[in-house]
Amino acid sequence: MTAITPEIVAEHGLSQEEYDRIRAALGREPNLLELGVFSVMWSEHCSYKSSRRHLKKLPTAAPWVIQGPGENAGVIDIGEGLAAVFKMESHNHPSYIEPYQGAATGVGGIMRDVFTMGARPVANMNALRFGSWDHPKTRHLVAGVVAGIGGYGNCMGVPTVGGETNFHSGYDNNILVNAMTVGIAEKHRIFYSAARGAGNPVVYVGSKTGRDGIHGATMASAEFGEGSEERRPTVQVGDPFTEKLLLEACLELMASDAIIAIQDMGAAGLTSSSVEMAAKGGGGVELDLDKVPQREEGMNAYEMMLSESQERMLMVLKPGKEEEARAIFEKWGLAFAVIGVTTDSGRLVVKHKGVVEADIPLGPLADEAPNYDRPVAPLEKPAPLEDPTVTVREALAILSAPGKSEDEMRALAEALVDDRVASLAGVEAAGYSLARGEAKIYARLAPGVAGDFAPLKDAAENLRETGVIAAAEIETHEESVDLADRAGAHSLLTALGLLMSSPDLCSRRWIWEQYDHTVMADTVIGPGGDAALVRVHGTNRALAITTDVTPRYVKADPFEGGKQAVAETWRNICATGAAPLAITNCLNFGNPERPEIMAQFVGAVEGMAEACEALGYPVVSGNVSLYNETNGVAIAPTPAIGGVGVLEDATKAARVGGAEAGDELVAVGVTRGWLGQSLYMRELFGREDGAPPPVDLAAERRNGEAVRKLIAEGLATACHDVSDGGLLVAAAEMALASGEGLELKTPVKARRAAFWFGEDQGRYLLACAPGATDTALLKLAMAGVQASRIGRFGGAFIRLDEDDAIGLFDLADLHEKPLPAYMRSETAKENEPMPMPAEKIRELILEALPDATVEIEDLAGDGDHYRARVVSAAFRGKNRVQQHQLVYRALKGRMGGELHALALETEAAE
Amino acid sequence: MKPSVIVFPASNCDRDAAAALEMATGKKPRMVWHGDSELPDTDFIVLPGGFSYGDYLRAGAMAARSPIMRAVVEKARDGTPVLGICNGFQILCEAGLLPGALLRNAGLDFVCRTVALRVENSQSLFTSGFAQGQYVNFPVAHHDGNYFADAETLNRLEGEGRVAFRYVDNPNGSARDIAGVLNEAGNVLGMMPHPERAISPLLGGVDGAAFFRGLLEAA
Repeated sequence: MTAITPEIVAEHGLSQEEYDRIRAALGREPNLLELGVFSVMWSEHCSYKSSRRHLKKLPTAAPWVIQGPGENAGVIDIGEGLAAVFKMESHNHPSYIEPYQGAATGVGGIMRDVFTMGARPVANMNALRFGSWDHPKTRHLVAGVVAGIGGYGNCMGVPTVGGETNFHSGYDNNILVNAMTVGIAEKHRIFYSAARGAGNPVVYVGSKTGRDGIHGATMASAEFGEGSEERRPTVQVGDPFTEKLLLEACLELMASDAIIAIQDMGAAGLTSSSVEMAAKGGGGVELDLDKVPQREEGMNAYEMMLSESQERMLMVLKPGKEEEARAIFEKWGLAFAVIGVTTDSGRLVVKHKGVVEADIPLGPLADEAPNYDRPVAPLEKPAPLEDPTVTVREALAILSAPGKSEDEMRALAEALVDDRVASLAGVEAAGYSLARGEAKIYARLAPGVAGDFAPLKDAAENLRETGVIAAAEIETHEESVDLADRAGAHSLLTALGLLMSSPDLCSRRWIWEQYDHTVMADTVIGPGGDAALVRVHGTNRALAITTDVTPRYVKADPFEGGKQAVAETWRNICATGAAPLAITNCLNFGNPERPEIMAQFVGAVEGMAEACEALGYPVVSGNVSLYNETNGVAIAPTPAIGGVGVLEDATKAARVGGAEAGDELVAVGVTRGWLGQSLYMRELFGREDGAPPPVDLAAERRNGEAVRKLIAEGLATACHDVSDGGLLVAAAEMALASGEGLELKTPVKARRAAFWFGEDQGRYLLACAPGATDTALLKLAMAGVQASRIGRFGGAFIRLDEDDAIGLFDLADLHEKPLPAYMRSETAKENEPMPMPAEKIRELILEALPDATVEIEDLAGDGDHYRARVVSAAFRGKNRVQQHQLVYRALKGRMGGELHALALETEAAE
Repeated sequence: MKPSVIVFPASNCDRDAAAALEMATGKKPRMVWHGDSELPDTDFIVLPGGFSYGDYLRAGAMAARSPIMRAVVEKARDGTPVLGICNGFQILCEAGLLPGALLRNAGLDFVCRTVALRVENSQSLFTSGFAQGQYVNFPVAHHDGNYFADAETLNRLEGEGRVAFRYVDNPNGSARDIAGVLNEAGNVLGMMPHPERAISPLLGGVDGAAFFRGLLEAA
């Protein structure tokens, strides 16, 4: 037997103190298998040891909640005898190491969580965070993750109906891949994991067990450092084909009355599924590993208990139902084996080849697992973004010299401007004018430049003292200018174009067209809207589903950011007309052993709790992913929220598009112009400071309910929530989705940029038919909701205040092109186009056409524009196009890349 | 009409096809297991979309060799209408009921979007719900929809009016924009787009409903 050394303990991610607890629990030294079992069960991923006590703060109850946190997924009543079953989970570390398989198995795992409970998955969502577009790995990771999500979900025949994707350098070395699945079940036929009763068969179904993914849960609970790619063998490999069969087989068996308990084998595989089922059932379990279906030879007990081979399930059946179940799984071509029995011993007993390999009391593995009260650093509230104003300084020097000719005055003024003004630090504009013996010299310093006009003053004074001029008068003037307005002053619509084409706001079509979002033929609203809307098959109702979080808000202020994430999902669901019911979450944070990370975690959870409470919007499932750090640098705190709501009549759904010419645009909610942490300040000024917009939860609820009512009454032709990029971005998205332009008007007295780009919370945009606007505004006023007309749909342009316009087609181009162009440039970037020397061209042509005579002329002398004349016998019998094709082929695809322009003449040799 | 839908391992549009047939005929179609070697009494067979056998080896290659396909081929040769959608089209090509093959999309990525199609032959029993040259919108969702055949075959298909649908804006690189082809006798249609996903205005269109109603009238 292997002796347990401190090194082995450390390799299992356990502290010395934890090891001592294991010895105390067993009353002896553990063997290697037992140590492995403790290590996965006590990993952060399985035990929630740093987060448990804080997660208790989240509200989890409501009349419609059938099952809250603690099961494979949450369950809520959605009417008509049906239930929605849903959960979100992370697969961050595996996806960074091996993006395709990491993302694919993340999707496979979350779908298993849902169908384990007896629900047919009907929708997949995801929340993805990648590094900046400049980081060399980002493209590779985006391509792999998107293909992996699509590859698994598409094969399963479950539509991926939406999600969100952000890019920020804070995720360069630690991407986030959070996947959510929603399923539908009959509400009285939900399956749970508590294996009550002794003497019942424990059954293994699905794929066979291999050596893949051993210790995945432990990996998910550790920081990354150099060499994390070497952990690739701990990433599981997915087989969606087998999972599809497993889904159908499980649902077929669930239609009968054979199952006592069922649990999917996800993280920590056989270990965690057997321990959780037995511990929840209050009994014990005995496994005989000789019976486990194996795909490799010579696996030992340690490998089998810790394997994370995918597409497996563990069930406890009613005695006597084994053959009925076996027939179903064998029909679907899946492994089926009775591998153990439930007991009343309160212990996990593992036998292999007739030897007891592990014998562990269940209590310490489950309920009595470590539960840490980690130190939490005090949180400082960020200062609001100081008014983003800057000081502009101007000077006007008036030189008078009656009697001097205009030419003399001009010479004087020019000399002063050239010698003195030009030497002022930060001068932005300068000039002079001449009139009736006076020269006026004007200078302006760039905004924010602290310099003064002393050199100009000195020079003018000197001219007067030496008698060159009669009098010199210098006026200086200072003015505070709104930075936002000043930059926007040239054109707010130019700023809109920049935002709509920025990595965080440009169209995600390239991503979601790789996901089958219409399979199952129930997708009412697919990707690209606010919440997705999926009809409940065979009914008129629909589920609204969304995932949201704004990590930059959470980073600046965890409490407000946590509130905001919940509120934004609420808002997205309301914007379709649906009633929000409950959330799941995936809480992605750094290393909890650092008090400042715990401060982020606790702050965000408390903010979420306040929002859930105020909105009557409980948490029914969730997942915590800690240690999202690389070399000690943590990601921005990212508590992704997945919200689910119900729309009773799917035909009444509101969409982002749908506005018609003549419809009026109504802004709902209060716009103060909150620029702190706005995308506008980040993308246009590189500023990521200030406090995020606060969320007034009472207003959030009031506004959402009022908007839903208007949608139900048919008073809105389109609706969109206002979030990243503020009113102007939301309005532009509605215009693009509707195919109608907009005439927009800034309210009197509003600071223009702040009004249009501020990210105040609790707001919506509605499109109302002309006759309906007054009614809608009246109803909103009566509900105590502020709202006003800000524009009208129609035409092919977005016009702002009559002086600024951008064509819809131009905006659509700006919006749609960046992501595909970025993803395409993968290889182009690596082979930076270099001008091609003439000799190289000759060489390539001769390589393909050895007999040819080649004359080359460099037309522009830049190594980029050539004329070539090629004579070859190979051209005989070919027309000119075919002759040219031969030459182009000889250049091996360099035309248009390295070689920009080639005027070609060809002739067949005699 | 007595339609049936074949269910292969990892078919995933079988329910959608059944729902569309039920909408058109008012009856639930028979669902037939791939492992069976005999068909029930049927006068219309649908091979639905999906990833039969995980698309392992080649899309449709393994399904084309499953026991039920021998019966389907026989029925098709006897003149029973057979409709293959998406993976079903791939299976029909692999089974030799239709010429050509479906290669990986030219863009190499999976593509899911609603595309416009032109009805090239409204005389077939599958397309009688449409006018010649009519434009219709159906969703596509596939990774291997790039129709390929040699020039001679393509010329023959076009010459004999066996191109049922053409893409207006080709999403996958298919030769001559071909989206759906008929067999020589006109009783077998393979198409990549999914009419069964366009049977309700709520779900993005009704052109699929017209397609299925046309089948009923023709049958």
